[in-house]
This record gives sequence, structure tokens and C-alpha cells, in this order.
Amino acid sequence: MDLLYKILIDPFVQMGAAPDLLVQTLWEGLVSGVLYSLIALGFVLIFKASGVFNFAQGIMVVFAALTLVGLHEIGVPAFIALGLTIVVMFGLAYLVERLMLRPLVNQPDIILFMATFGLTYFLIGFGELVFGGNPKKMITSQLYLPSGAYDIKMFGGFVSLQKIDIAAAVIVSLMVISLALFFQKTRIGRALRAVADSHKAALSVGISLEQIWVVVWFAAGIVALVTGIMWGARSEVSFSLQIIALKALPVLILGGFTSIPGAIIGGLIIGIGEKIGEFYWGPLLGSGIESWLAYVIALIFLLFRPQGLFGEKIIERI
Amino acid sequence: MKAPGGPEVAAGDVLLSVEDVSLAFGGVKAVNDVSFDIRKGEIRAIIGPNGAGKTSMLNIINGFYHPQQGRITFKGETRAKMRPHDAAAGGIARTFQNVALFRGMTSLDNIMAGRTLRMNKNLFWQLLRFGPAMKEEVEHRARVEEIIDFLKIQEIRRTPVGRLPYGLQKRVELGRALAMEPELLLLDEPMAGMNLEEKEDMSRFILDVNDHFGTTVALIEHDMGVVMDLSDRVVVLDHGVKIADGTPDQVKSNQAVIDAYLGVAH
Repeated sequence: MDLLYKILIDPFVQMGAAPDLLVQTLWEGLVSGVLYSLIALGFVLIFKASGVFNFAQGIMVVFAALTLVGLHEIGVPAFIALGLTIVVMFGLAYLVERLMLRPLVNQPDIILFMATFGLTYFLIGFGELVFGGNPKKMITSQLYLPSGAYDIKMFGGFVSLQKIDIAAAVIVSLMVISLALFFQKTRIGRALRAVADSHKAALSVGISLEQIWVVVWFAAGIVALVTGIMWGARSEVSFSLQIIALKALPVLILGGFTSIPGAIIGGLIIGIGEKIGEFYWGPLLGSGIESWLAYVIALIFLLFRPQGLFGEKIIERI
Repeated sequence: MKAPGGPEVAAGDVLLSVEDVSLAFGGVKAVNDVSFDIRKGEIRAIIGPNGAGKTSMLNIINGFYHPQQGRITFKGETRAKMRPHDAAAGGIARTFQNVALFRGMTSLDNIMAGRTLRMNKNLFWQLLRFGPAMKEEVEHRARVEEIIDFLKIQEIRRTPVGRLPYGLQKRVELGRALAMEPELLLLDEPMAGMNLEEKEDMSRFILDVNDHFGTTVALIEHDMGVVMDLSDRVVVLDHGVKIADGTPDQVKSNQAVIDAYLGVAH
């Protein structure tokens, strides 16, 4: 009885007793959720257009962030470095299409998946060679990203909102809205959706797969750069950052591999679920459940909706 | 309607010719030493029993397959192989045997996708969705609305095509091909799986496209009645080999054709 009370009742009593703590926890969950969404978004973009699960998305985040910081270290002004990093990400997208995707076109998905492993290790080696293995500090203030926090009086306590987190939420929202508009309203966006639906039909109307692949990998590169800046600002820029890519997996399972809204909402659910779980139920298991809770949430979800929240239900005629 | 690039071909002249083309998949000869031509402005049918190599022939013409031997001359330019993108840019549009539409997109977006090659404002303007890109979008939208009127599919413009019945999907697919304003329109079994009424509608659209726009049509069809009514000339394939070529009447009375369709006693 005592255990049941601790699992089912006590956490909610705590939530009611200290609503300011609840709001704080929700906010922190929301912010990490936004960042998870961002990583998942990078995966979804590439998966939709080419059916490739891009294992290298995590290292692309690190690579983009390192390029930005590295350029600044050798004396390039922050915003010029940002522009140059965007150029580098375009170059990367172009080379990936030219050297990796084009020779492997029409190969089974698993081979393309393995090729993205190769890309991951190449980028790790190349990144260490160029930028060195030491952790670096994100150039937050040079990019005019705010620091410090707002302390808001609420429910008789304080809720502390980091300014950088607010900036992250705003920037990510703007990016998602502009991506959605781009997909819905422009020729290239339409071509991207066309390729996602049917390669042969897309070819027959003269859409060039090569061009589309460069565009999606570039878009995923930009998403990686923003992720790198935001995540780097909260900790530091190092190769261990690529582990966050693994956090995107439960998000993708939850949201479905092909859905942009799924990636966003999946990310938020995982982010908030993780923080609430850790804070209120964690102590029962001696804490530290944050690292695996996301996978459990995703697994339970899979039992009920194997295609994810917004994934397409596949009906196959036999 | 005029496709970009390439020299003009006058009506009645050869628009596309296929010479000694062979295509094999491993040991299977799908197309074996086939030659025929398509004249500007005509409706040309490719017929034959199952497995005769008709779809392979279409795939060769639009660049999905590359033949091991032979030449293809389109608008006076000879080539051994061409990518689908180049074929589309040269003015060849097509539909597929088992409808290949962009299922998640609306009819309107599907047909707009057919305008891809004709829209050329660069990524920069499109990202801003402003200025030239906006103007371009509006112009092309007007052309697409004309096609939608022509095919009488106004009421399904905003419906995702995955939800449409088969007959209408085929019509949207035709619309997407027409949006390319092609010089040569390839139709792979445009009437497969349709009921009589739908077949009559589709026949009328094909004739209208040919009449009004002067589009050259090459089609594969199983329904003999339809083929004989629609086409100016017919080429007959069997087991990858050409067995007859001529007007519908000539082909109908050809002994080899009758044997191929009805089978011969050995």
C-alpha cells in the first residue's frame, strides 16, 4: 500500500503542494523537448525525401558547431563565421550527394544506412584533424544570444527562465514555421514532397533527384547548425554532443519517421515526460531515470500505435 | 504547346524513331531488335499480349531503362541513353500503368508538380516567397486551372489524391503529364481497370488533347476496341519482337497478330 501511495498519489500531492516547482519542471522539459524536436526534424527531412535513416545527423550537429566556433577562433567575426558555416554545410550536402548517394542510388536502404555510419566516422576523424579534440565554448554572446535569467514570481515561489532557453524556443518555432511554409508553398518544396511520395513519378515530371537530395541535406545541415548553437550554448561543443542524436530515436518512434508535426510533438512529449518523470518519480528508483525513461515511453507507445503519432498507416494489399 | 529546346518538327514528320533497340534483364530479352517511329501529331498505339515488352519500350523512350543496343532519335537528336530528367526537359511526359501519383498531395499540387521544369526562379526567391517567385507561382497556377477545367476535375482540386477513386486518379495523372505541355505524351494503359463510362471519358480526353493541342500521343492499351478507334497507327510486339506495324485495319487482319493473341496450334 505504501509503495502504491508513493507511485500513484504522492507525486501529485507534491505537484499540488509546490506549483512553482511544477511550472519550473514543465518549462525545463519544454526546452529540452524543443531541442529534441530539432534533432528529430533533421532526421525526418532526410528520411522523407530519400528513405535514408541518417545516422550522421548527430555528428553533423557537432561538425556544424565546431566549424562555427573554429572559424571564430582563428579571428573571423561571428556573423561572417555563421555565414561561412552555412556555406560549409552546403558544401557537405553537395559532396554527400555526389560521392555517397549518387553511386548508391537504387541500393537497398540498409546499404545507405551503413553508408551514413561511414559518413559519421569520417566526420569524427576529419573534425578532430581540423579542430582538435578539445571541447570548445559556444560563441553565444558574439552572436547576440542573451544570457542570464528572468525570475518570475509565481504561486508564492520563483520560476527561473533562462533567456537562452526562451531564445531557443523562439528561434526553433520560427524555423519550423518557415520550413513548413517552404514545403507547402514553393516549387522546390512541392518537388521535395513529390520525391517523398514517389521517386519514379517525380522523375517522370522532370524533378531532379540529385538536386532535391542536395536541398534536403542542406536543410538538415542548417537544422544541425541551429541545434549545435543552441545545445552548445547550454553545455559546450565537443564530440560527445553527438550522443544527443540517440535521444532523437524515441522521439522519432513517437512521432513517426515521416511527419514533421510528429517530430515536434514527439520531442515535446519526450522532453516534458523525461523531466517530470525524473523529478517526481525518479527518487523512488534512486534517480537517474532520465537517461532511459524516453525509451520506455517510446516502447509503451509502440505497443498501441506502431506507426507513431502521425506516421502513415501502411496498408498493404496482398 | 511547345516544349523548350530542340528543333521544331512539322506535323507528319518523324518526331521519334526507335532503331534496332534491344534490352535484356539478365537472360530475359525484354525487347529484341525493335524499330518503329512516331510521327508528329499522330496517336500511335503499342499493343501486344502480356510480357510482350510494351512497358519496357515506354520506359526506354522516357529514359527509365537504357537499352544495351540501338538508337533513339527524338526531334532529330540521336542518343544511346538519356536520363528521365532530360527526357522530361526535352518534352516527353508520361503516365504509369499502376497510377504513380504523389499520394499525400492534393490534385492541384500534383498537377502543379508537373510545372516544375517550367518554373525557374531560384531557391533564394522561393525561400522568401516574394517578388519573382510569387509572380511565377501565380502564372503557373493559372495554366494549371485551365488543365483542371479541361479535365473537369474542379471539385476534387483540394482532395488528397490517395482518397480519390481509381478512375479519377488516372485523370489527375493525365493532368500532371499535360501540365508539362509535352510534345510527346506516353500513356501506359490509360484505361486499365476502368468501367465503360470512364473509358469513354478517357478516350475523349485523349482525342481532345491530340486535336486541340496537337500533342503526339503514344499509348499502350489492352482494350482492342479502344485501340482501333483511337489510334492512327499501331505497332504490335510479342515476346519482345515486333510482329506487325500499320494502320488498325492492316494490323487487325495480320495473321501473325491473330496468332499472337489467340495462340496457334503446334
